[in-house]
Amino acid sequence: MTMPDEQQLHGASIIAAIKASGIEFVVSVPDITTSEGLLRPIAHDPEFRLIRICKEDEGVAICTGLAFCDRRSLLLIQNTGLMDSINAVRAVAVEYEQPVCMMVGLQGKEPDRKPRDSAKYGVRIVEPILEIMGIDQHLIETDSDIAQIRPAIDAAYARSRPVVLLIGRSPSAP
Amino acid sequence: MKRDECLRALARHVTDEIVVATYQAAFDWLVIRPHPLNYVSIGAMGIASSHALGLALGRPDKRILVLDGDGSLLMNLGSLVSVVEAAPRNFVHFVCENGTYEANGAHPIPGRNRVSFVGFARAAGYARCHEFTDLAEFETRIAAVLREEGPVFVDLKVEPGKPSPQDYGYIHSAAARSSFKAALRSS
Repeated sequence: MTMPDEQQLHGASIIAAIKASGIEFVVSVPDITTSEGLLRPIAHDPEFRLIRICKEDEGVAICTGLAFCDRRSLLLIQNTGLMDSINAVRAVAVEYEQPVCMMVGLQGKEPDRKPRDSAKYGVRIVEPILEIMGIDQHLIETDSDIAQIRPAIDAAYARSRPVVLLIGRSPSAP
Repeated sequence: MKRDECLRALARHVTDEIVVATYQAAFDWLVIRPHPLNYVSIGAMGIASSHALGLALGRPDKRILVLDGDGSLLMNLGSLVSVVEAAPRNFVHFVCENGTYEANGAHPIPGRNRVSFVGFARAAGYARCHEFTDLAEFETRIAAVLREEGPVFVDLKVEPGKPSPQDYGYIHSAAARSSFKAALRSS
């Protein structure tokens, strides 16, 4: 059965938007939502340098070090990892005003619900936490949302501020 | 070894490297070798070596020296594995092992005098590891250590030396970050 267009999210289109944003380095702890549609193809894509890390707060610092070198990077993680690295995000990305760009899979979010209406506590607290931290966020749930990626990343680097791109459903594998 | 004496010995061999320093090592280093390529904006305890990995990947033409603490490294042991995985050849990780969380009341670290930081690094896959307990030996060998291909791990068994001012205002300042960025761009 084919999904209606308004319910599709193509991994290849997200990857194309990441490339168009000038991202060279993808720093990641695997996330089941984005595993097949994003991380696995990125791992085989010679246009990216994939940095595999053990814990998400490492990635916040690695992306910051790269930004000081004028190199663009994307931290690809899960909402659980975002929660685990909140202190690093708070200190380095927010208080130090660094362009840490995070793409965060919302593990277990129901496709027919908004994140803050999810039955899963770990999902529905994400947007309010980012709001209270003052971090720009964008929900990428269908192909029509992908156009937000490049402007969001460009704005993060232009303003030297963090941004979170929430992936609301599993992108299809290319 | 007194930490400040040890860092003074290291400073005599530092030229145009980026030095990423955290907590008490940073406060000492800022006094011993003030320089625009000092990177002290770590933000959150434990992640100095991760900032340094980003710098090492972003500027493979520059050598990166990390001055870490033992309590800090214990918070981010996985970074040893991540560094080896990324294999930056321009990366030297010093740990000032004093057995305490010195900047937070000098309480002992867990595993004090039992854990081996060089053992952690070797187990993570570091091929070049060194441990120094004697200042004279450190002074004799440090030049050669700094010429080794990274990643290199160096455990310095130290005790506090002459106290340095804990200038948190500076290390967290926008000025520290902007002056580093400007220096890096022109370096």
